[in-house]
Amino acid sequence: MIFNKRSQMAATHKRPATLAELRNGEEGILDRLDLPDDIARRLMELGFLPGNAIIPARTAPGGGARVFRVDGSEIALRDDTAARLFMRLHFPSIKAATP
Amino acid sequence: MSNCHDSGPRKGLLPNPTIPVPHAAVNERPLIVAIIGPPNSGKSTLFNRLTGLRQKVANFPGVTVEHRMGKAKLKNRQEVFLVDLPGVYSLHPRSEDEQVANDILKGVRPGFAKPDAVVLILDVTNLGRHLVLAAPVLSLGLPTLVVLNMADDLAVRGGKVDVAALSHELGAPVVLVSASKGTGVDRIQQFLSGTAANLAGAKPARVELPVLNDVPKCRQWASKLNTRASYRAPAPPIWTRRLDSVFLHPVFGPLVFAAVVVAVFQSIFSWAQPIMDGMTYAVSMSGQWMGMVLPNGVVRSLVVNGVWAGVGSVLVFLPQILLLFLFIGVLEDSGYMARAALIADRTMAKFGLQGKSFIPLLSAYACAVPAVMATRVIENKRDRIATIMIAPLMTCSARLPVYTLIIAAFVPNIPLVRGVLSLPAATMLLLYVLGFAAAVITARLLKSTVLKSQRSSFILEMPPYRLPTLQSLSLRLIDRGRVFLRRAGTVILTVSIVLWILANLPLSHGKMPEIENSYAGMVGKTIEPAIKPLGFNWKIGIGLITSLAAREVIVGTLGTIYGIESDGNSEGLQKALHADLTPAGAVALLVFFAFAMQCFSTIAVVRRETGGWKWPIFQFSYMLALAYGGSLVAYRVANLFFQ
Ligand SMILES: Nc1nc2c(ncn2[C@@H]2O[C@H](COP(=O)(O)OP(=O)(O)O)[C@@H](O)[C@H]2O)c(=O)[nH]1
Ligand SMILES: [Mg+2]
Repeated sequence: MIFNKRSQMAATHKRPATLAELRNGEEGILDRLDLPDDIARRLMELGFLPGNAIIPARTAPGGGARVFRVDGSEIALRDDTAARLFMRLHFPSIKAATP
Repeated sequence: MSNCHDSGPRKGLLPNPTIPVPHAAVNERPLIVAIIGPPNSGKSTLFNRLTGLRQKVANFPGVTVEHRMGKAKLKNRQEVFLVDLPGVYSLHPRSEDEQVANDILKGVRPGFAKPDAVVLILDVTNLGRHLVLAAPVLSLGLPTLVVLNMADDLAVRGGKVDVAALSHELGAPVVLVSASKGTGVDRIQQFLSGTAANLAGAKPARVELPVLNDVPKCRQWASKLNTRASYRAPAPPIWTRRLDSVFLHPVFGPLVFAAVVVAVFQSIFSWAQPIMDGMTYAVSMSGQWMGMVLPNGVVRSLVVNGVWAGVGSVLVFLPQILLLFLFIGVLEDSGYMARAALIADRTMAKFGLQGKSFIPLLSAYACAVPAVMATRVIENKRDRIATIMIAPLMTCSARLPVYTLIIAAFVPNIPLVRGVLSLPAATMLLLYVLGFAAAVITARLLKSTVLKSQRSSFILEMPPYRLPTLQSLSLRLIDRGRVFLRRAGTVILTVSIVLWILANLPLSHGKMPEIENSYAGMVGKTIEPAIKPLGFNWKIGIGLITSLAAREVIVGTLGTIYGIESDGNSEGLQKALHADLTPAGAVALLVFFAFAMQCFSTIAVVRRETGGWKWPIFQFSYMLALAYGGSLVAYRVANLFFQ
């Protein structure tokens, strides 16, 4: 399911980078969640909303999952889930990143 | 901070004047107030503070996965029933524990009265996201108090919020408190008594709420309110980040994890030992004393050799079990458990499960019953059943008395690795590993056959590290102590008495028989051929049968059997065991207890949580087969070594 109408058009000419491709400490702005409804909803409740800033904070020991700083808290996701969260490529109006 | 309720509920906040309600009409039954909030916002801490020892014993400890009830005593002798609910992010449940909270709150759970009022507790250090939950909760229309918790942390990290403004925006009273420090909790009590006195007057004012189905809209609404309440988010939790750079370090993280586990085992052995020795002494002294004051005869035999030998030999293990629960309590309350789940996720994924399965599995080390309940946090049904199936293979605290007894009797105390570990502790650790290995292999089997499912997702919040409160920890221990004593006073007492009767009948020439010729002995002899290949004789056989009710019963049973045999001689159970078990037989017995599902309570809870007999029957048979096969192999192999 896609949660941002504007980005649907953007997706046609260029494939946006995903959250999984973001390096630790690098900030990105979420564009859309390409996941089943219930998981997408839970992620949005946890702060993974289109337009929000996300920073991968650290990799789990052994890999496979990472901890992300989003909307004032830290949430762990597996890499395959992060790969379904698409990021904005250009963000002229960055929303203030949450600490 | 201006909306205290000294002079009646929500005075000055409601646009319309409160309608007075006749007091008697409201006070007929005690008020039921639900405590709801996101995970780790401090619900249980607040609940513990308000109810203290007036809680119902929980049949499962640790993370709240079902409601907990307790009575809050207020001034002027009012009583309010508080319900502590599992944490929720929204009223759109994804897992069973969230469903429970949702259903109780909305009054649709069978057997539960709808709550009369709600205490919504939010972590004020992350008010932006947490305030979103206020929208669905306020829309229920129940009298609601919004508690902003962790005020101490907010102040330390330099955040602030205008409580009065927020209260105005929400149309409900708001208080800023610290549940762990106790500051501001008196105002929650005021809300409770005010609401109890005037329920109708405490309804929230109508304010504009966002469309609940639209998460982005709800979040925007929360941001707007944050701005209007001049909320300033605190600085990031530096200590949490520092600790995480160690605990989640690629090398140190797993090392710390392993160190924690070893420390737990070592301390269970070394720290609990003096207390246990004291308990053993007290139990044997009181047994002797009873033997002296009671007249010689049937009554004395029943009390001293039957009841006290059985119940007493289990009581000795109380300190050890409490210590284990203390450790698990600290891990859970501090926030480390979430990190442990993250570290475990990769490994768990290899067995077809996910990191969240790790949390119930870890608490299964204390007891499988709460662990089976704790699987409610797992969203995927098949993952949940697989976790339930393997939980009883983890070494629960009921195995501890059995292991301790056999190890103390058969394993010499030799220091290992320069005294860091001792041979008995290492043996114990090995048994834990054995149970764990059996569990993951079983999970793998199940997940690649009957419980096959798509690769599940793993979404878990890493809460800031927090200091557990002394009150919450001690309430856990008191709770566990009560459960243990209740079991000793019911299951173990009954089994001891029945066993004593069976061991002393039939009378031959008006005299009690030798245990060999008693009914109990006959039962033992009947199954002896089946267990002989494992190195067990008929006495151990009696223990195996009685321990079907609960594992630790075997200790009491052996206590009773030898109590009868030695007839008052307080010969140590350990020494007595040597007469009936070879070292190889001891190894086999340990393995048998590692694998077998000897626990009525677990069978009952599995039936309840899986909704039928299919899974518990499968589980029982599987584990019995595993136990039999395992100890058969162990006996053969051990015999090669001990020849
Ligand atoms: N600093 C601080 N810590 C708190 C406060 N209230 C609770 N805690 C801690 O936060 C952790 C989680 O609390 P708990 O009551 O288990 O949260 P629950 O998941 O909502 O039941 C525990 O370690 C508590 O000791 C508070 O007001 N201040
Ligand atoms: Mg709780």
